[in-house]
Amino acid sequence: MAHAQILKASNIDFLGQRRIAAMVSGGLMVICLLSILFRGFNFGLDFTGGTVIELGYEQPVEVTGITATLANEGIIDATVQYFGSNRDILIRIAPQEGEEASAKLSDRVFQLLSADAETAIELRRVEFVGPQVGEELREQGGLAVLFALIGILIYVALRFEWRFAVGAVAALMHDVLFTLGMFSIFYIPFDLTVLAAVLAVIGYSLNDTIVIFDRIRENFRKMRKGAVIEISNRSVNQTLSRTIITSGTTLLVLLALYFLGGEAIAGFSLALIIGVLVGTYSTIYIATAAAVWLGVSRTDLLPPEKEGKILDDRP
Amino acid sequence: MNQYPLWKNLLILAVILFGLVLALPNLFPQDPAIEVKAESGEVSAAARAEIAAAMENAAVPVKAIEARENGRALIRFTRPSDQLRGQATLDRTLGEGFQHALTQSPDLPGWVEALGLQPMFLGLDLRGGIHVLIDVDMEAAVTQALERYTGDIRTLLRNDRIRYLTVGHEDGRIQIRFREEPLRDEAAKLIRREFRDLEVTTGSQAGDFYIYAVLPPAKQEEIKDFALQQNITTLRNRVNALGVAEPIIQRQGERRIIVQLPGAQDPARLKDLLGATATLEYRLVDTEHSVQDALDGRVPVGAALYYERNGQPILLKRRVIVTGDQITSAAAGFDQQSGSPMVSVSLDGQGARQMRRVTTENVGKPMAVVFIESRTLTRIVDGEPVKERVRSEEVISVANILEPFGRRFQTTGLDSSEEAHTLALLLRAGALAAPIEIVEERTIGPSLGQDNIDQGFRSVLIGLALVVVFMALYYRVFGLVADLVLVVNLVLIVAVLSLLQATLTMPGIAGIVLTVGMAVDANVLIFERIREEIRNGSTPQASIHAGYDKALSTIVDANVTTLIAAIVLFSFGTGPVKGFAVTLFIGILTSMFTAILGSRALINLIYGGRRVKRLAI
Repeated sequence: MAHAQILKASNIDFLGQRRIAAMVSGGLMVICLLSILFRGFNFGLDFTGGTVIELGYEQPVEVTGITATLANEGIIDATVQYFGSNRDILIRIAPQEGEEASAKLSDRVFQLLSADAETAIELRRVEFVGPQVGEELREQGGLAVLFALIGILIYVALRFEWRFAVGAVAALMHDVLFTLGMFSIFYIPFDLTVLAAVLAVIGYSLNDTIVIFDRIRENFRKMRKGAVIEISNRSVNQTLSRTIITSGTTLLVLLALYFLGGEAIAGFSLALIIGVLVGTYSTIYIATAAAVWLGVSRTDLLPPEKEGKILDDRP
Repeated sequence: MNQYPLWKNLLILAVILFGLVLALPNLFPQDPAIEVKAESGEVSAAARAEIAAAMENAAVPVKAIEARENGRALIRFTRPSDQLRGQATLDRTLGEGFQHALTQSPDLPGWVEALGLQPMFLGLDLRGGIHVLIDVDMEAAVTQALERYTGDIRTLLRNDRIRYLTVGHEDGRIQIRFREEPLRDEAAKLIRREFRDLEVTTGSQAGDFYIYAVLPPAKQEEIKDFALQQNITTLRNRVNALGVAEPIIQRQGERRIIVQLPGAQDPARLKDLLGATATLEYRLVDTEHSVQDALDGRVPVGAALYYERNGQPILLKRRVIVTGDQITSAAAGFDQQSGSPMVSVSLDGQGARQMRRVTTENVGKPMAVVFIESRTLTRIVDGEPVKERVRSEEVISVANILEPFGRRFQTTGLDSSEEAHTLALLLRAGALAAPIEIVEERTIGPSLGQDNIDQGFRSVLIGLALVVVFMALYYRVFGLVADLVLVVNLVLIVAVLSLLQATLTMPGIAGIVLTVGMAVDANVLIFERIREEIRNGSTPQASIHAGYDKALSTIVDANVTTLIAAIVLFSFGTGPVKGFAVTLFIGILTSMFTAILGSRALINLIYGGRRVKRLAI
């Protein structure tokens, strides 16, 4: 057969490397966790509250001039920066004490700068999040991740077996922690869309894991002989080209999204790119290894008679 | 082998055709337009002709003027600049009784419109507009209710001549103090009879006898619910007065209201108007006592110290003649004699009677108009948000009562015609039942919205192209099949979004892009399985059959887990995140249909039912 192939039929001893993988992952997890705990996140406006204003000028403007205008009026906590070009300005204002905490702040800023500018400025975007809303969104975000994990744990436990469920969730937590860790270590702005991406990573990474578990289950039923490790290894290898191709196509579109999708969803695409990469790794090294380590055995997977049809297919 | 029965092929074809038709309206460009609404209900043909004439006079090119089913008229333009000039022209020509608002409208051919088809509903981040989340101060609503009860109890006891020492409320409890027990018992009986909503208990303390009254929790809930509903109604009235097409005003959770105005561009004006609680009170001026005494701290009983706009102190009687609640209509204009801005006001029956009685009794005496505004603010004190209410009261005009009047009169003393307009609007729209605060705002300018659409569209196309090329190279004929069903999948996603009129947001587009990447997964699984079967020595036909068969349960399992994530996202997410969840959810379902059934049907048509030596995979 002369079809295009990324991999010839592979036979890599993935599970043989599980100790090294566990050490690498363990080390990374510790670093990520420490960073999340002590360094924290560069939370975006959604979670901290505050005001973001994006303005479009007709002519190039100086950032320093805008900062000075705002400071003159007592708005000192503002960071002013260019956004794409030297005619586009992004102003971030941290949550203010007292009356400035209200949604009116952006109106005042726009008025001040309009009065200052020679030509009309365009109000491209205003985002204001009050302090209580930021807190709620943080809380809801944490709950969402938790519920997604629990829901998936239940589904996998029902569909497979508890050891697989634990293995899958271990891989998921690995991926989530790693993605979050990267955002913490590199202090990449973390907003609502990033959180959505993290939840999508959960879905994606699991998708990958399930495919391998499915194959392990099938192989257990098909092959009468063979140690657990050998069968698991065989299953990972059999699904390897699929794992790589699907990750590849997903990464292709994510890269398109990252480079062409604009600022609004750059963080979102980045989180997914990280998540897909680490998800692919964890599917191969963590999920299966965890299930093996927990003592998955042939008898755990054989009982359901109704699925016996697959067995009969093979002579 | 590998042949679908005819009905199955037809069914798949039918779904695809259905999807194509549903997705069709999205191909037509959106026209910048203005919607005209008549208070009488219908914009008549004559009115439309008048508009057309006015546009022609002002040399504004108009694409079309249409009568809509809902009685409104829609003026289409070719360019946004024409639209803005058209708006200015309408401002000049349309008289009272008409409202107009900027909007966008797809230019659909008649037969598409006749089928009731609509393009996808774009979120504010794509079409531009203002989104605000409003928090209703529920505690204030309950406190206000307690205040009303306290006042009513005081009046009741006074009317029945039951002597009490004090009436007041504290920490959600009304407290009435008596010197003698029989008086208290008599009052308790009366209050129980008159105010069935209250939970009344009695007690004694330090030789005095007390009645305590509280609002039971059910009643409190009722008050809160009413306050929220009332606020939604008031906000809707206010927003409608602004003239925005398709405003969305809806409740979110227990105490929040979402207001979304697509296409609106002046957040400052919107926020002022939404949060405003301006109202008027009419009171008599206390001329019998000295203002100086009051300034020194000796305010006479039955009077209160106020300030005029120029800072001048003035003493007013405590009793209010009429309040803003009793105003049934209000219109801004100019005073014919002085030329200053004014609001002409009409009162309801009760208000009119009171006004006539008081003005008849007080001809020649001065009457004051008090302008009241209150706001709720959240301050951060020691890191904790604390709600604070600010109320400002100003005397805007003082005039001698020249002759008795009743239902209709004018109020002057306003700073500008803008203020007169806003006040009239607020009086017309009704008061807010509880103070509100804007806790979130997201405004997207129209150009940024268009940028987002362009960027989103481009990333979908490029992402799709990359995947299509890869699949075709890697899986050849099978890859082309996967490509074809991938495109069909996109069409179906657009079709379902259009059908459900679910909001498409920027993260929603990201969800579509992600689906494109992941949708091929099902085909990759199948194709890899087929290759495996071929390697194991199966015949081409058996390989196709086994490949699809064996991959099925894996595909379903893998997709269900992503569906779970999408459902969690949907139930916890707000706004933009919800948009992502919706497209992800729809995308997974449609991709299962196209990747499993759609691709199989095609493969069957290509290879099925004949002898095949080898597969191009």
